[in-house]
Amino acid sequence: MPEQLVYTFEVFLNGLMAGVLYALVALGFVLIYKASGIFNYAQGVMALFAAMTLVGIQNGQVPFAHLINAIFGTEIHHFGWHVHSIIAIALTVVVMIALAWAVQRFVFRHLVGQEPILLFMATIGLAYFMEGVADLMWGSDIKTLNVCAAEGTCLPQGMNVWFEGSTYEAWGTGVFVDNLDIVASIVAAVLVIGLVMFAQYTKQGRAMRAVADDHQAALSVGVSLNFIWVLVWSLAGFVALVAGIMWGAKSGVQFSLSLIALKALPVLMLGGFTSIPGAIIGGLIIGVGEKLFEFLIGAPYLGGATENWFAYMLALLFLVFRPQGLFGEKIIERV
Amino acid sequence: MFYREAGDFSSTYAQDQQTFPIKFDRWRYYAVLFIAIVIVPFVVNDYWVNSIFMPFLIYAIAAIGLNILVGYCGQVSLGTGGFMAVGAYACYKLMTAFPDVSMFVHVLLAGVITAGVGVLFGLPSLRIKGFYLAVATLAAQFFLVWLFNRFPWFYNYSASGQINAPERDTFGIIIVGPNTEAWAAYMFCLIFTIASAIVARNMTRGATGRKWMAIRDMDIAAEIIGVNPLKAKLTAFAVSSFFIGISGALFFAIYLGAVEVGEVFGIQKSFLVLFMIIIGGLGSIFGSFAGAAFLVILPVLLKIVGVDWLGWPTDIVAHLLFVIVGALIVIFLIAEPHGIAQLWRVAKEKLRLWPFPH
Repeated sequence: MPEQLVYTFEVFLNGLMAGVLYALVALGFVLIYKASGIFNYAQGVMALFAAMTLVGIQNGQVPFAHLINAIFGTEIHHFGWHVHSIIAIALTVVVMIALAWAVQRFVFRHLVGQEPILLFMATIGLAYFMEGVADLMWGSDIKTLNVCAAEGTCLPQGMNVWFEGSTYEAWGTGVFVDNLDIVASIVAAVLVIGLVMFAQYTKQGRAMRAVADDHQAALSVGVSLNFIWVLVWSLAGFVALVAGIMWGAKSGVQFSLSLIALKALPVLMLGGFTSIPGAIIGGLIIGVGEKLFEFLIGAPYLGGATENWFAYMLALLFLVFRPQGLFGEKIIERV
Repeated sequence: MFYREAGDFSSTYAQDQQTFPIKFDRWRYYAVLFIAIVIVPFVVNDYWVNSIFMPFLIYAIAAIGLNILVGYCGQVSLGTGGFMAVGAYACYKLMTAFPDVSMFVHVLLAGVITAGVGVLFGLPSLRIKGFYLAVATLAAQFFLVWLFNRFPWFYNYSASGQINAPERDTFGIIIVGPNTEAWAAYMFCLIFTIASAIVARNMTRGATGRKWMAIRDMDIAAEIIGVNPLKAKLTAFAVSSFFIGISGALFFAIYLGAVEVGEVFGIQKSFLVLFMIIIGGLGSIFGSFAGAAFLVILPVLLKIVGVDWLGWPTDIVAHLLFVIVGALIVIFLIAEPHGIAQLWRVAKEKLRLWPFPH
C-alpha cells in the first residue's frame, strides 16, 4: 500500500476510536435529555468527578484532605491502603447514585416546569459546583493527577494485562491500532446494547420510556417521576464513569477531561438530542472528520490544531441545512 | 414616604418619557454619577482601580452587551470570550497601525469591527434556535481564539505570540501603558461604561428593543405581527457584539496591557459573563451592573477572607470560589430566576407603599 494511504487509513481508524469515546459522553446527554428534557452540560464534569473519585478511592485518599488540613492544621492525606479496582468501581457507582439522588432532590425537583434554557443554565452552574467539589475533595495537585498519566494505562489496575502491548500492527499492513481504543470500542458497544436492552425489556426501562414520551401521561398511569429521574441520572452517572475511565486511561485524569463534554455537544447536534444511534453515529462522524481534516488540510495548510474548532464548525454548517440533526425528531412549532 | 410618583408632575413629553420617572430615583442616579465622576477619581489608588473598579466597569459593558442578546432577544450565546478577543485584537491592530489617532476612535472602531464579526456568526440564528444556537456560538468561540493564535499577522509577528499595548495618550493624558495613572484609566473606562448604559437603555425601551423582546417571547408570533426576524436578530447580534468588542478592547488595552488569547479570552470568559447576567438579571441593564459587581467583588472578598485572614492556600480558595459560584447560580435559578434586578424591583415596589404593607 502507498505510504500516504496507510497513514490516512491509520488516522481514519484513530478518528473512529476517538469518535467512540465522544459517543460515550454523548450517550449520557441523550439519556437525561430524553427522560427529563434537561440538557445536561455537567455530563463531562460528571465523567471527571467519577474518574477522580475512582482514583481517590483506589489510592485511599482522604476526601477533602486539603480543606481539613487547612482548617484544623492537621497533616492527613491518605488512609494508607489501596483498594482493589472492582471494589473501587463499585464504590464509585454508589457515589454516583448518591450524587444523582442529591441533584434530583436539591436542584431539579425545584425547577420542574421551568423553561429548558433555564435548566440548561442550571446544569452549567452544577458543572461549576461539581468541578470545585471534585477538586476540593481529591485535590488538583499534579501528583494526584499524574498517578495514571505517566503510564497512560494504569487506571483500572486489574485490567493492566489488556493494555500491556499498547499498540499492535493490524493485518500486516503497517497500520497501528491502540489496544486501549479497541477495549473502549468493545465496552461502548456492550454499554449501548445493555442500555437498549434495559430500556426495551425491563419494567423500569419501560417506565423510563413512558416518562420520555409524556410526563403527565406517565404520571397518571402510576409511574413515579422522582424515581425515574433519579434512575436516569444514575444511569448517566454510570455512563459518565465508564467514559471517565476510558478517557482517564487514555490521557490521564485531569481538568481537561471536563472539556470533552464540550466536544460531545456538536456530536449531539449532528445526531439529534433524542436519538441513541444518532449519538453514536454523530460521535463517529465527528471523530473521523476532525482527525482527517487535521491530517489532510489542517496541519499542512492551516497551521494545525484545527481539532479545537472543526467539530463545532461542521455541526454549525450541518445544522443550517438540517436543524433537527440526523436522527432527531422533526421540530414542529406552533404559535 | 419619599419614594412616590405623587406630586411629581410631567409637563412635557420629554419629562413623561424619562428613564427614571420617580424623583428619588433620579436624584439617586445623579448622586451615583456625581460620586463616580467627581469624587472617586480623586481618592482611588492603584489597588482599588485594578482589582475592583476597572474589571467592574469593563465587565459591566460586556454584560450589557450579552444581556441585549440573551436577555432581550433570547438568543443564548456562549461566544462572548471570542468576541471580546476580536475587540482586543482589532484595537491592537488599529493602535499599532495608526499611532496618532485618539484611543476613543480605536476603541469605538474595535466595537464596529466586532459587530461585523458578530453579525457573521449570528447568521445561523435565523435557522437554528435554543440549545442548538448556544452550541453553534461555541464555534465562534473556539474558531476565533484559534485564528488569533495561529496567524502571526494578528499579533504583528511578535515572538511570544502575545499582544502588548504600546503607550498611548488622549488629550495629553497617558491612558495606555505602564505609566498610566490609576484615575486616568478609571475615567476612560467610566466614560465608555456610562455611554454604553445610556445607549443600551434607550435602545431596549425603543422600537428596536420591543422587536427584540417580541422575538424572545415567541419568534413565530412576532413574525406574524410584522417583526422582521432577520433584521431583529441581526441587529441584536450587531449591537451586542459592538458592546462586547468595546469591553474586549478596554480589557486588553487599559486593564491588562498584555494578552495571551487562549488564556484571557477562553471559554471561561464566556461563562463568566453569562453568569453575570444570570445572577444580575436577564433583560435588565441594572442587572448587568449588579451581576458584574457581584462576580468581580466575590473573588476579591473570598481572597481577603480565605488567604489573608484564615491563611488557607490559594488553590483551595480558588476551588471554593468554583463551588460558591456554581451553588449561587443554581440557588438564583431556583429562588429568583430574574436575578438581583428582580430583588431590586421588589424592594422598590415595597418602598413605594411604605409604611403600609399592601
